[in-house]
Amino acid sequence: MKPFAYHQPDQIPDAAKLLTSIEDSKLVAGGMTLIPTIKQRLASPVALVDLSKLGSLKGIIDDGASITIGAMTPHAVVAASKLVQTKIPGLAALALMIGDPAVRSRGTIGGSVANNDPAADYPAGVLGLGATIVTSTREIAADKFFLGLFETALEPGEIITAIRFPVPLKAGYSKFKAPASRYALVGVFVAKFADGVRVAVTGAGPGVFRVPPMEAALSENFDPSAIAAIKIDNDGLTSDIHAEADYRAHLVTVMAKRAVDAALS
Amino acid sequence: MQISFTLNGRPTTVDVEPATLVAELLREQLNLTGTHIGCDTSQCGACVVHLNGLPVKSCTLLAPALDGATLLTIEGLQGAPGSNQMHPMQEAFREHHGLQCGFCTPGMLMTAVALATEKPNLTEAEVRHGLEGNICRCTGYQNIVISVMAGAAAMNAAKGE
Repeated sequence: MKPFAYHQPDQIPDAAKLLTSIEDSKLVAGGMTLIPTIKQRLASPVALVDLSKLGSLKGIIDDGASITIGAMTPHAVVAASKLVQTKIPGLAALALMIGDPAVRSRGTIGGSVANNDPAADYPAGVLGLGATIVTSTREIAADKFFLGLFETALEPGEIITAIRFPVPLKAGYSKFKAPASRYALVGVFVAKFADGVRVAVTGAGPGVFRVPPMEAALSENFDPSAIAAIKIDNDGLTSDIHAEADYRAHLVTVMAKRAVDAALS
Repeated sequence: MQISFTLNGRPTTVDVEPATLVAELLREQLNLTGTHIGCDTSQCGACVVHLNGLPVKSCTLLAPALDGATLLTIEGLQGAPGSNQMHPMQEAFREHHGLQCGFCTPGMLMTAVALATEKPNLTEAEVRHGLEGNICRCTGYQNIVISVMAGAAAMNAAKGE
């Protein structure tokens, strides 16, 4: 790897200052995406700002009607959390489906959400649950956060500190894994709230998106049969060596049905 | 930069460039070549070590992350103190032919020990899910799964003694 400077600030404002004052600096959380990216020379940061010394970014808090997960909380901790398993089991299940055990030891929820990989799992959970992204400067609703391929509403120097998830009545996640990478070829997160159902899809297109016809149908009848006949338009979906857009469109309905099944079980 | 950590039970201090991967540090600077680099792209798991008790891929870990931490590599895996035996998981891999060429084995063992430590009564499905990040090109996994089940049972039995 090309050499870079390494900073380990212990205060969020210091981290933000480093990030804005050093050109071509990058935040590193768990490094599960950034390190491979640097190794492939797709990125050559001159400095890394490591968030691991910021203790305030770790941990899971029960807020009653919501759960707040610190940005530096690894996937393995979310998957094993009794609190998450009890209040939002679909989210704990999603965390357990990410990568493999070694990736789940290091990879963090904040890193995954900030990176907004089009095939990552967490964006589906965050959008599906209508979570709030808490940053060093403000709070952003999930519906306004994910802007497309690797793009988010984060401003330069803005750091995600936590994600706040409202507790749903029921929620489930199902994904069709790309067998080598275990990223989602298509993943669907379904969440039922008192005022309606949210359905969020990852992997199928250039970014995570909602499916209003499925949300309407499931709000009427929260059962897999309610969406069995709903087909997704393949226009704008991804075609690559793993799958054609048609197949991804087909998988959205299949995974959505399975996600509802998971939510009901 | 200078980093200090506990390596296989011994306090260790080294000077490293921040852009050093832990797998490189282990193999090239500390001469611990039991940790293998297979794919170097976080896929194969031959380089798995334990960082603060958790399995991690050392080819995707920067050396500065070790500062103040505890690291266990395949060289630090051992049987009961003073017994001059291998770790129960290593014994199980030998007994059940859980390897052929052996290249992936250090990573398999480290992942297997972490799995068995985290969850004492593993099912076969949990073993297969847990080994998703470790690739073996020889065995077809069958004997590896059998070995991990047996090794986990042996670790449990040893704990009860």
